[in-house]
Amino acid sequence: MVVHEQSALENVVLRFAGDSGDGMQLTGERFTSTSALFGNDLATLPDFPAEIRAPAGTLGGVSSFQIQIASYDITTAGDSPHVLVAMNPAGLRANVHLLLPGAMIIVNGDSFDERSIAKAGYRTNPLEDGSLDSFNVTSVPMTTLTTEACRDAGVKPRDAERSKNFFALGLILWTFSRSLEATLEWIERHFANRPTVAEANRRALHAGYHFGETSEMYAPRFDVAPAPYPSGDYTNITGSAALSWGFIAAAHRSGLPLFLGSYPITPASDILHELSGRKEFGVITFQAEDEIAAVGAAIGAAYGGSIGLTTTSSPGLDLKSEAIGLAVSLELPLIIVDVQRAGPSTGMPTKVEQADLSHALYGRHGEAPLPVLAALTPSDCFSAAIEAVRIAVTYRTPVVLLSDAALANATEPWRIPELDELPVIDAHFANGPNARTDDGAPAFHPFVRDASTLARPWAPPGVAGLEHRVGGLEKADELGHVSYDGANHERMTELRAAKVAGVASSYPALVVDDPQGDATVLVVGWGGTYGSLAAGVALARQRGAHVAHLQLRYLNPLPRDLGAILATYERVLVPELNLGQLARLLRAEYLIDVASLHKMRGAPFTSTEIADAIDAAIREKP
Amino acid sequence: MTTQFVSVTTRKDWSSDQEVRWCPGCGDYSILAALQLLLPELNIRREETVFVSGIGCAARFPYYMNTYGMHTIHGRAPAIATGLAVTRPDLNVFVVSGDGDALSIGGNHLIHALRRNANLTILLFNNRIYGLTKGQYSPTSERGKTTKSTPQGSLERPLDPISLALGAGATFVARTHDMDRSHMQAVFRRAHEHHGTSLVEIYQNCNVFNDGAFSDINSKESRAANLINLRHGEPIRFGANDEFGVVGDDTGALAITTLGPENESRVVVHDEHLANPARAFALARLMVSDHEPTPMGVFRDVDEPEYGDQISLQAAASREARGEADLSKLLRSRGSWHVD
Ligand code: SF4
Repeated sequence: MVVHEQSALENVVLRFAGDSGDGMQLTGERFTSTSALFGNDLATLPDFPAEIRAPAGTLGGVSSFQIQIASYDITTAGDSPHVLVAMNPAGLRANVHLLLPGAMIIVNGDSFDERSIAKAGYRTNPLEDGSLDSFNVTSVPMTTLTTEACRDAGVKPRDAERSKNFFALGLILWTFSRSLEATLEWIERHFANRPTVAEANRRALHAGYHFGETSEMYAPRFDVAPAPYPSGDYTNITGSAALSWGFIAAAHRSGLPLFLGSYPITPASDILHELSGRKEFGVITFQAEDEIAAVGAAIGAAYGGSIGLTTTSSPGLDLKSEAIGLAVSLELPLIIVDVQRAGPSTGMPTKVEQADLSHALYGRHGEAPLPVLAALTPSDCFSAAIEAVRIAVTYRTPVVLLSDAALANATEPWRIPELDELPVIDAHFANGPNARTDDGAPAFHPFVRDASTLARPWAPPGVAGLEHRVGGLEKADELGHVSYDGANHERMTELRAAKVAGVASSYPALVVDDPQGDATVLVVGWGGTYGSLAAGVALARQRGAHVAHLQLRYLNPLPRDLGAILATYERVLVPELNLGQLARLLRAEYLIDVASLHKMRGAPFTSTEIADAIDAAIREKP
Repeated sequence: MTTQFVSVTTRKDWSSDQEVRWCPGCGDYSILAALQLLLPELNIRREETVFVSGIGCAARFPYYMNTYGMHTIHGRAPAIATGLAVTRPDLNVFVVSGDGDALSIGGNHLIHALRRNANLTILLFNNRIYGLTKGQYSPTSERGKTTKSTPQGSLERPLDPISLALGAGATFVARTHDMDRSHMQAVFRRAHEHHGTSLVEIYQNCNVFNDGAFSDINSKESRAANLINLRHGEPIRFGANDEFGVVGDDTGALAITTLGPENESRVVVHDEHLANPARAFALARLMVSDHEPTPMGVFRDVDEPEYGDQISLQAAASREARGEADLSKLLRSRGSWHVD
């Protein structure tokens, strides 16, 4: 028997990599679930090719899943993996550059045959040519051991072979001192209709676990303690699920039905999938013939008194622009979710980018302002969805909610809120006349505005006496009739702009993270970079920097306290996954210089990139 | 079943206070009048009636109706109306569109609305021209049409809305024209009563840019020779003395022939309810070129599940399977754990 050293660690970054067909996402998700149940804080970063089946064995076909688990509060999936599990040579080659010397590599030794090695672009076998000498490499014949374990189980050889990801999972669960229980339960449930596949996976899982326990060539074992959490019920949540549930919760708290019009597009489709399975909540999902019909149907539903929602990803937003302009003109509540991906055009469909900010702010003809907000973390998607509905309904306006490809798929533990913690949203439908005709008879004028919000009445059909027509033609102030009068058009344009600007009065005060209180450099980010910027700022502070961090959720209108905050710092650094769209906005809006840091690599910022930029900003400061 | 008591209304109740602004003499006026006169008879409420339109001359229609209404964007009315109809099954939703709006920029929305079969009544004003933009050829213009954008004549073959609708699986398809109020009203009534999507093509004269586009068919002088009145259950015959009839030929198509004792028995009897749309399609393709005898009336009227009803059934099935909605349970549905 081998005695293993058990090292207690605060955090570990682990990356699974293999061919798209190797089940790496599944393996990653199962490990995530187990770690969450164990009580670790965690953050994940799935990374997979856009093609359903990219050529097997090639670099282009590599699918990876990174997870950081920790015994303290973390915000990213980590920069550099401590452990890389590579199921084939391509998985190794695509990821080995991420590793720091000393990292642990576990490979499926069976996959390192001459052909696969060549396919991955290696000239020599990396396991033998010394190129991995600075790492701690373990080669395990996973395919052989898995097929062996499945013998006599009535499993087809092909199915047995495909279970090797469960072997890898078993081995990793052992390495991290986790029990198999949750995975076994999941296999039981998930493969209830395919008992032989279930059996193969079970056997592979056990084989991997036992291999870890008994193998002499395998030494280190990690132990990451649970993170201290405030008390409550927790679940593991992805950005897509959190958004979907946020909208259901908003519907619940407003008493309005939820209507989603959507057209399939990566990486937004998961929201359509999630909501399609929740019809018991009175959710109607409509897979439209195109992006335009999707938003159009949502506008129709909103006119009828539902929460009209449309979800898409970047190219889809282009197509929706005209209809969004209509909603601006009709002044109806509408929520447009854009799960941003790398563009322009088809771009890189599964990769993250934040390059739609300008589009969300300005991407319509005419003066067509609307509120824009962005979710900060996977779990924040839940409250961002509710907030988007609150603004849309209160101000009778379309709202763009920006998420991104990284948030959509990433997972983090989330304390489930109690229902009464959620805000109540009052639709406040018109229920009677609000004006008088010239001869004194009661009348309904659809563009008479609320004095404080400047919102017009929302009057879904069905109420006698409130019959009215709305349209995309300019409307006479208050009356709502078609009007081509220039002075009226100017007034209406100003009113619509003032209404949207007024949304800022309903924001909570900004909170700057500045623990030392004497920082001269402020890092300003927006939306989904929250995790990577917070981690980068933390790293910079470890290195001794005094630096503050502010992450914006509200992009239009900008928070009213933002200008004063920016003015307090000598230098403002704005890291964005675009070429500086927020930076330009801040310069224009506040006439201050900001330093823009950009990254367009389809991947989040690493902590080191941010910390280095902070160091440079401190050195350069005026 | 409960009986709805709807107070008696007149045309005036259904007319808004807005001045009607179509060109004098436009066929749109007679369509508006036909509908405003018919609506009081349909036992429906104004507040439960919505007109949705896109862009074009016809699309101004909602402004003139004292109902709820939306004048939206070019071509998208069927999609917008679908969102309204499925979330508000209590409403009577009409879509008013034109040949450019419905068949050109909005063609995709039209075919998908038709195959989905949500409860919509689509009125397609076909004047075979772009009126609002002042006279370019439209998708229904005859080939060789000389317009501002086609000084040497248009090159495209016209699209036939009836054929398109049948091809898209529409459950109610009819044609009427602006010169015959009682025919329009009879067809509109049927279209409204149909549970599902109904498409009514209305031949509409644009007297400014395409005057007389249909006069070879529907003028008083031409009707007898060129207007074929479709009546369910009756042989399809026309002519001043019913001397012409529609018969099948051996290609499966339908053809017009002069009737005599030898072929009278072969005249096709019109059946709106045939499950197979092939016969209706053949009727729609009777005309080999323009200005030939043209069928008017209901081509097809069949029962298929309505889209909104099916959505409700799925919602009920979800409640049945998973119990009443429970938000707190939903938030724990991916597995949860408790931390003290
Ligand atoms: S342009 Fe033609 S269709 Fe338009 S209103 Fe004038 S006559 Fe009617």
